[in-house]
Amino acid sequence: MTLVTVELPAALATAGTRGRFGVEIAAPSGLTTATTVADVLDVLALTHPVLERRLRDETGQVRRFVNLYVDGEDIRRTGGPATPVPDGAELLVVPSVAGG
Amino acid sequence: MTQILLAVGTDKGLFLGTSADRTTWSWSGPHLPMARVAAIGLDTRRSPLRILTGGRHEHWGPVVMHSDDLGRTWVEEERAALRFPDSADAAVAQVWQLQPGPPERPDEVWAGVEPAALFRSDDGGASFGLVRGLWDHPHRPTWMPGFGGLCLHTVLPHPEDPDEVLVGISTGGVYRTADGGATWAPSNTGIEARFQPDRYPEYGQCVHKVTRDSAEPSRLFLQNHGGVFTSTDDGNTWHLATDGLPADFGFGLVAHPFRAGTAFLFPLQADAHRLPPEGKARVYRTDDGGDTWVESGTGLPDSGFYSVVLRDAMAVDGVGSLDQPDQLGIYFGTRSGEVWGSTDEGRRWSRVTEHLPDVLCVRATVVPDGQR
Repeated sequence: MTLVTVELPAALATAGTRGRFGVEIAAPSGLTTATTVADVLDVLALTHPVLERRLRDETGQVRRFVNLYVDGEDIRRTGGPATPVPDGAELLVVPSVAGG
Repeated sequence: MTQILLAVGTDKGLFLGTSADRTTWSWSGPHLPMARVAAIGLDTRRSPLRILTGGRHEHWGPVVMHSDDLGRTWVEEERAALRFPDSADAAVAQVWQLQPGPPERPDEVWAGVEPAALFRSDDGGASFGLVRGLWDHPHRPTWMPGFGGLCLHTVLPHPEDPDEVLVGISTGGVYRTADGGATWAPSNTGIEARFQPDRYPEYGQCVHKVTRDSAEPSRLFLQNHGGVFTSTDDGNTWHLATDGLPADFGFGLVAHPFRAGTAFLFPLQADAHRLPPEGKARVYRTDDGGDTWVESGTGLPDSGFYSVVLRDAMAVDGVGSLDQPDQLGIYFGTRSGEVWGSTDEGRRWSRVTEHLPDVLCVRATVVPDGQR
């Protein structure tokens, strides 16, 4: 079991959840592989589906202007959705500076 | 007392106007703030009327919502109303069209999206399924995106045959089904493609908008990426119909709500010069099925107008009100955030509102009795 804290920007705090909350990710039985960002998003797809589709599209691609950080590290530099998420980590969601 | 609903989708949300006389308007919004609302469907088959919207947040992707209380509250389904199935390996980038089906199928709603695909809902827009017959068409991998993306932007169910549907794709051209969406065939005979060596291909035209004649549904009007075309045989064949127009490029096009052979469009100078000719805001009108077009009305800016009317930014209310010919409105919105309207079939125009974000989509309807 991995416990992750998800921190959302104000713009998403209305997408069916509050701004900061915990997510429990159960390890698949018999597997010892580390929990990843994709695993966290898979859980959100079940528990917070509106929020999850704000973060990635239906092919599983994290949206272009969504930045995800695991304990302060941008996942684009640490393996993308395959980035490991240790127990007790924080997954921070930050919108890019974009638009006009 | 009649109430009119005017829905204006913009680059940064949806604005809703209501009016008893089409002259004085009350506005609410922005609804769906910061969403690029390119698709609006006003479903008057339901009671109360349902407002369907398709938007896209720059950061958070597409969003489909509906309201059954004229925008006071909005519903977004917990499970995404509109998404590609896993087997399609594609993601909805933008909803371009939300079109209620024919009256005898009151729960049918069609959706056109980018990348070019058609979806159908059988529950009033709460959930949509991909129309595989078009998605699996062998032509689809060869469709090419226009400047606005590879989008299916027009869906026209036939009012007399619910299994017959016409769609417009940029750039794929016109496709039709006669069996409710199971099989599709291109239907572009006579439509020109000036941007490639073969000027009259089977498909691949950059069709900008198609609208169906309200009184004679086998008649269609089409604004192409160069050229205006009409069909009198449900889209089997198309004929150039530009006599009287100052230019043959443009996007905005709408049929008169009840007068046969009558339509309105907003010409732009050319592909390479996408501005109104001579800096004049001008709507052109045909009363003879596209054989001739004339400038429609007064009241629009005569100079210094350099804005654009996009493909879904012209609308009418009063469909079917032939017995009350003074009860209709014609509207268009501009990328400079204005909405103009006419209450006398396009003879005089006045500004309905201004200072909105870029207008992408306009829809209007008479609100049925019992819902005010």
